[in-house]
Amino acid sequence: MRSFYGQQLDSPLMLGTAQYPSPAVMEAAFRASGASVATVSLRREQGGGQAFWDIVRRLGVRVLPNTAGCHGAREAITTARMARELFRTDWIKLEVIGDDDTLQPDPFGLVEAAEVLAGEGFQVFPYTTEDLVLARRLVDAGCRVLMPWGAPIGSGLGLNNPYGLRALRAAFPDIPLVVDAGLGLPNHAARAMELGFDAVLLNTAVAQAGDPVAMAEAFALAARAGALAARADPMAPRDMAVPSTPVIGKAWL
Amino acid sequence: MKNDLTDGGAVTSAAAIGTGDGTGGLPIEVNGEPRRVAAGTVAGALEELGWGTARVATALNGEFVPAAARAGRALARGDRLEVLAPMQGG
Repeated sequence: MRSFYGQQLDSPLMLGTAQYPSPAVMEAAFRASGASVATVSLRREQGGGQAFWDIVRRLGVRVLPNTAGCHGAREAITTARMARELFRTDWIKLEVIGDDDTLQPDPFGLVEAAEVLAGEGFQVFPYTTEDLVLARRLVDAGCRVLMPWGAPIGSGLGLNNPYGLRALRAAFPDIPLVVDAGLGLPNHAARAMELGFDAVLLNTAVAQAGDPVAMAEAFALAARAGALAARADPMAPRDMAVPSTPVIGKAWL
Repeated sequence: MKNDLTDGGAVTSAAAIGTGDGTGGLPIEVNGEPRRVAAGTVAGALEELGWGTARVATALNGEFVPAAARAGRALARGDRLEVLAPMQGG
């Protein structure tokens, strides 16, 4: 099992904490999902921050703060420093957004921020694309986890580029890989795990489902099924049929 | 949030100086809102604004100010103070 900066995760599910109908539903969804990691953010204090934090602590999961909404390296670096103090963890989900319509990462700002933060002892989880060369630059910058998107954040489209994700898996056999963003249905999570990914990170697909608690459990089962399948060494697909029932001994009728 | 104090840090109205709103103190921006604080440091301002013991992280003019450095960090007219708390995120 690949470790996330030295930490083994009990479950391959990482779950976001936003957009639930209520804090109680969020808590129930986390319990149903068995998620090992909760993503959180930081925003201007308007009351409610402490109550939210109390719930997250009660979940007993590892916390992964993000730099969501940051549009440049400087902004992301400052946010990461604030997050480290606020959440008392070196983990940071590094988001540097380069396009507002697709929320696609800005690869240049991402590498720049990753270098600075890794140099300051952060354990960086970069939200990136499936671009192989960018992934190399991030590893060179000190990232020991990569989190390529499946599809744009909140789109629910699933894995837009399975080929690219498979190529990443092959290129980085020792780096934990997480599909982060774009998952809509449990089968997307299963597919990511079948490709040999180490975890999936999602939020909207669970939080915005009609029944977030049931959907959380569905994702947990799918991710587990996919992980088990990957370990079981799947057969290679082929174009022609091959009978599974023995031909030898068939009656002459 | 626009106000008459933060354009280039210059004070542009007489009412901005002294006790125009009855509190006096240094005109700064806190989380995008114009405020006046009597305190001269980040730590003092947090105390004054009711966040003395809150779980918050601070930045001044875009630079992170660690908790341990707040007491030694002086405020100047027009400074932008950000006070951030835990929030839901994906």
